[in-house]
Amino acid sequence: MSRQISISVCMGTGGLAAGAQEVMDKLSTELAGVGIEAQLHSKKQCDLHRVGCRGFCARDVLVDVSIDGVKTTYEQVTLDRVHRIVNEHIIDGQPVEDFAAGEDYHNFEGKQVKVVLSECGLIDPEDIEAYLKVGGYEAARKVLTSLSPGDTIDTIKRSGLRGRGGAGFPTGLKWEFGANEQADQKYIICNADEGDPGAFMDRSVVEGNPHVVIEGMIIAAYAIGASKGYVYIRAEYPLAVQRLELALKQARQKGFLGDNIFDNGVKFDIKVKLGAGAFICGEETALIASIEGKRGMPRSKPPFPAQKGLFGKPTVINNVETLANVTYIIRRGAEWFASLGTEKSKGTKVFALTGKIKNSGLIEVPMGIPLRDVIYGIGGGIEKDRRFKAVQTGGPSGGCIPESLLDTHLDYESLAKVGSIMGSGGMVVMDEDDCMVNIAKYFLEFTQAESCGKCTPCRVGTKRLLEILTRITEGKGKANDLELLENLSVDVIDSSLCGLGQTAPNPILSTLRYFRDEYVAHITEKRCPAGVCKALLTYTINEATCTGCTMCARVCPVKAITGEKKKTHYIDQSLCIKCNSCYDVCKFNAVDKR
Amino acid sequence: MTEKLDSIIDDYLHNEGNLVSILQKLQDEFNYIPQEAVQYVSRSLEIPVSKFYGIATFYAQFHLKPRGKNIFTLCCGTACHVKGSEKLIARLQQETGLTTSDNTTSDGLITIEKVACVGACSIAPVAIVNKKVHGKANINHLLRMVKSMKEGTNE
Repeated sequence: MSRQISISVCMGTGGLAAGAQEVMDKLSTELAGVGIEAQLHSKKQCDLHRVGCRGFCARDVLVDVSIDGVKTTYEQVTLDRVHRIVNEHIIDGQPVEDFAAGEDYHNFEGKQVKVVLSECGLIDPEDIEAYLKVGGYEAARKVLTSLSPGDTIDTIKRSGLRGRGGAGFPTGLKWEFGANEQADQKYIICNADEGDPGAFMDRSVVEGNPHVVIEGMIIAAYAIGASKGYVYIRAEYPLAVQRLELALKQARQKGFLGDNIFDNGVKFDIKVKLGAGAFICGEETALIASIEGKRGMPRSKPPFPAQKGLFGKPTVINNVETLANVTYIIRRGAEWFASLGTEKSKGTKVFALTGKIKNSGLIEVPMGIPLRDVIYGIGGGIEKDRRFKAVQTGGPSGGCIPESLLDTHLDYESLAKVGSIMGSGGMVVMDEDDCMVNIAKYFLEFTQAESCGKCTPCRVGTKRLLEILTRITEGKGKANDLELLENLSVDVIDSSLCGLGQTAPNPILSTLRYFRDEYVAHITEKRCPAGVCKALLTYTINEATCTGCTMCARVCPVKAITGEKKKTHYIDQSLCIKCNSCYDVCKFNAVDKR
Repeated sequence: MTEKLDSIIDDYLHNEGNLVSILQKLQDEFNYIPQEAVQYVSRSLEIPVSKFYGIATFYAQFHLKPRGKNIFTLCCGTACHVKGSEKLIARLQQETGLTTSDNTTSDGLITIEKVACVGACSIAPVAIVNKKVHGKANINHLLRMVKSMKEGTNE
C-alpha cells in the first residue's frame, strides 16, 4: 500500500468529554491489528494525530480520514464505529456513508468564515512543527526583521481591528498608547480569563492553536516595546493551560522566545499566571492586581494600564482572540482584514453558540452577519423544533434579544442599539420553556456573587436588585417592583466604579424591555408562563392520561407520589419539593405543571 | 508537612511568587487550604494571616474546608442553566443531604461543588466528577455514581 493516509481526531475539551482519547487509542490498536503502523506525526504510511476544537461539539467525536487527499468527516464516532471505519474505509477504500457527517455538518461549516479558527481543528496543537508547516511564526519574523514598531502599529490600525474581549476598543490605538510611554520595563498581558458563563471561544483557541496566540503576543510586545509577557488564564481550563505551557516550551526551544529572537537582539518571554476564579478579573485593573498576587479589585482610571499597569509599569492587555487576529493580519495584510466585516466592525468574530440550539458549537462569522443567519442557518434552528424566545449575547454584561429583532446585524454598534453587547462572544439561545425573569435572576445571582465589594452601588445595588427579582420569582412581587428595578438599574449603571457594576443590570433592563409581560404575569397573576419558577408551580397527575406505570412514584425522591399499579397516581402537595423528576420521567405526558 | 511547606516557601522566594500562587500551591498539595499551613507560611514569611485569608476568601477557587474523597463539580454556566443544571444540583443535594454552604458529607465521601463555567457549553449540562468531564449530564447517571460511591463500588 502506498497510499497517504491521514487521520485526525478532534480533541478539545468537548471531544475528550465525548471519548476522543478512547477513539484515538482504539483507532491505533485497530490499525496495528491490520498491519498499518499508525503513529503520531508519522511520515510513514499513516499519520494519526489529534487536532483542536473543530467547533461542532454537538456531534463529537469528529474524525477526519483522508486518503490521498480525499477527505471524509465522520461525526459522533464511538468505539463501536471505529472497526467499520478502519475496515471499510482505510483498508477497502470505501468511506462508511452511515457515519459520515451529514447535511447539518455542512450547513454548520459552509456558512462560516474562519480566520482565528482557520487552523484550529486542522493542526496538532501540541506540535510546533505542524504550526510551522502552515506558515507559523512567519508573521513574527516579518515584523521583527523588517518592520519598525511604528509600522507594526500602523498595520494594525489600518486593519481596523477592535478588541475582542468585549468593549471593542481599537487595538492599534491601545498599542500606540503603550508604545508612547517611556519606561525601563513594559508588559504585554494576554487576557485568557474567559469569565463569561456560556463562553468558550478563548479556551478553544488556546487548546486548538496556542502558537497563534503566542505569535500575536510576540508581535504586540515588539510594537509596544515590552520584554515580558503574561498569559492570565483560568485554572478551570486545565487542558488549555497544559497545551499553552507546552507550546511556550517549544517556542523557547526554537528561539521564538528568549533573549535574541530571530537573531535580532529582541528580548521577550512569556509567563503563565493562573486565574483563581473571579469574573471581576476580566476588568483590566483587577486582572493586574490579581497577577500581582492581590485581591482582584479594580481601581479608578486614569491612570490607564497603558500608563501605569502591572507593577506600576506601562502595560497593554489584549484578549486571546484579538492577539490571534494580529498574527493573521500580519500574515495576510491589513487590507485583507479590513475587507471583511462592516464599516466600523472589521474582520470576523468567534461565537460560542449554545443553549437550545440544534447545532451548538464554536463558530466564526464575518462581522455584520444577521443574527437570523446564525441561529437558523449555521445553528439549524431550535432544538426539538420548539419556539425561539431569545438569544443572550455578551454574558452577564449583555442582554436578551427577542425574535422580533432577529434581523439585527452582529456588530458592536447594532448590538448596543438593541440593548445588548457583542461581549466576548457567548451566544445562548433560549426557547419557550425558558423564563426570562429567571434568566435575569440567574445573571444577577452571578454578578452579585462576583461583585468585588469595593464600591457601594455595585455591592449593595446588585444585592437589592437580586432580592427584588427573587421575590418576583417567588410570587411575592409588588406592584411597583418593575419601576423600582428600572430606577435602581439605572443608578447602579451610572454610579459603579468599573465595568462589572456598570453593566450588571443589563440583563434586567433588556428582559424588561422585551419580555415585560412575563414579569407582569409573575407579579399580578402569580404565574410563571414558562413553567420554571418553582414557587409558582403545582405538579398534578392527569387522571385521564395516567396509566399507573409507577415510574413517577419510583423516581420521586421524597415519596410524595402514591398509587397502585395500573391505577391513577397522586401527588401529595405537602411533600412535593417540585424537583421535576416525575415530569421528566413520565412517558405519557400525564404530569401537569402549572 | 513542614517539608512541603518549606518547599512552597522556597519557590515563592526564588520564582517571583505571590500570595495567590502560594495559596494555589497549598491547595494543589492538600486539596484545600488548611489553617495550620497558612499560619506556618505566614510566620515564616512574616506576612499577616489576614492577608492570606483576604485573598483566599476573594477567589472562588480556594476551599477553606476539607473536601470529600469524591468531588462532583456542577457547572452553572448560562448554557448549563438553560439546560437544567439547577434541577441537577437540587436533586444531587437532596440525595446527599448537602447544601451549597455545607457541601461535604460528614463521612468525607462526597463533595458537591458549583463552578461558574467550565467552558464546555456545547455539551451542557456539564458535571465534572473527580476531574473527568461528563457532557450532557443525566441525573440518573449521576445518582448511580453517588450510589456506587456510597457502596464503595466506584464506577
